[in-house]
Amino acid sequence: MSALGVVGGVVQPVLIVAGSPLLVGLMRQVRARLEGRAGAGVAQPWRDLRKLMRKEQITPRGTSEVFRLAPLVLVATTLVVAVVAPFVTTDSALDPAADLFAVVALLALGAVALALAGLDTGTAFGGMGASREMTILALVEPTLLVAIFALSVRVGSTNLGAIVSSTLDDPARVISPVSLLAAVALILVIIAETGRLPVDNPSTHLELTMVHEAMVLEYAGPDLALVELASAMRLSVFLGLLANLFLPWGIAATATPVALLVGILALVVKVGVLGVLLAAGEVFVAKLRLFRVPELLAGSFLLALLAVAASFFLV
Amino acid sequence: MSESLYVQLLYLACGALLLTAVLVLWLRELVVIIRMFALQGAALAALVGVLAAHENSGELWAVAVGVLVLRAGVLPYLLRRTLAGAGEARRETSPLVNVASSLLAAAALTLLAYAVSQPLVALAPSAATQAIPVGVTVVLIGFFVLVTRRRALSQLVGFLLMDNGITAVGFLTTIGVGLVVELGVSLDVLLAVLVLQILTTRMRETFGDTDLDELRELRD
Repeated sequence: MSALGVVGGVVQPVLIVAGSPLLVGLMRQVRARLEGRAGAGVAQPWRDLRKLMRKEQITPRGTSEVFRLAPLVLVATTLVVAVVAPFVTTDSALDPAADLFAVVALLALGAVALALAGLDTGTAFGGMGASREMTILALVEPTLLVAIFALSVRVGSTNLGAIVSSTLDDPARVISPVSLLAAVALILVIIAETGRLPVDNPSTHLELTMVHEAMVLEYAGPDLALVELASAMRLSVFLGLLANLFLPWGIAATATPVALLVGILALVVKVGVLGVLLAAGEVFVAKLRLFRVPELLAGSFLLALLAVAASFFLV
Repeated sequence: MSESLYVQLLYLACGALLLTAVLVLWLRELVVIIRMFALQGAALAALVGVLAAHENSGELWAVAVGVLVLRAGVLPYLLRRTLAGAGEARRETSPLVNVASSLLAAAALTLLAYAVSQPLVALAPSAATQAIPVGVTVVLIGFFVLVTRRRALSQLVGFLLMDNGITAVGFLTTIGVGLVVELGVSLDVLLAVLVLQILTTRMRETFGDTDLDELRELRD
């Protein structure tokens, strides 16, 4: 465990917890402005969280521990990813956990916990949301693994830190077909996984269209605050991974204060720009029919597989 | 041109070739499919251009310009004209294999192409021959489109996709088969498209549709 890894392990979770609601606020603000509305301001998600945190703890009758533990599992798994994955520093506080498979498994574990909580309430909406979420998750996870695996083939390691450092050493890799195909595949699955348009609409409570919102419908008070915070954190984590796997410049490779400051700034700027682009793109697309979603995800799986195939034959 | 830049540009062109082939399989709007086909023609011309710059051969440059004009200009124009006469039939509504499955089939075809082209690559390993599997994949995807689509126009695009793939494999293996041969093949393709265009138009005039599944038996 290096000094750089320890510093990264402290800075990254703080940055992601503090910054992710602001990212969501920024995206809502961009969307509001593009749609001709004034918008609630960038800090609105933090104000919402504060309000929810002050409310009393309340759970529906007939729910079990699964329902109560799910928000904690969701936040905890995302927090572990925020600690270990290379966001600000290339070294990791817990190097074995910075592995591609470990990170994807942690993120999947959080999603599964939430789906179980949706089933636990026993309501129609919870079950429907959980079933839809599992359908999407089952299609997203292989693509996520294969897309990042395509990048790890040339490095010879599935450690995310190693992948990021090797791209830093050899910038020409960024515009190879492998990177481009994997990037497109990863963008599509990130959109699906974080529940953005055109797969899921994050701002709707219309029962026919919602996926993520249907699962968390029964949550209230501090639990809801945790779920909201965790989904914002997942969005930042995914966008941060996307940014650093394909455009790692600025990430701190030494433990000096200047390098760390540059690393933090680079992460904020990259994730911010990606968030704004995502929000601006959402204005122009309509939600896809649920039965067309597998098609989108099959396409992204194919692109990820082509990326892996290309990393073998175009060496 | 330095060796590493040459390899990078060559593989980028191959990536574009592959991506456009996948998009033809993925998308439904015939107008967009034709646009993707035009883009693929441009990518193929870029591939030939990169080879020409590397070999420093004037003849290859001429072929590259010819490929660009024919495959990114003339053929898409002819296809668009056929489509303009088609009236309301602007989408590939119900392919024989649904889109999600055909995308997965394309994934399998990629692996198949990689497996079958290994002996070819092993004959003369070089940067260009390494990319042969990409060409073979485009051929297989083109054949898949040709077999599974219902509309005459998308079958035509499938046929042209196959031809693009064959041309790409030809250039990657031999660095150009000579201007005369290339000219002959191109004219052949142009003629085939013209004939099929007329055929499609006549089909629509006779049956009011271009769904080839309707043609089950011969009549007089």
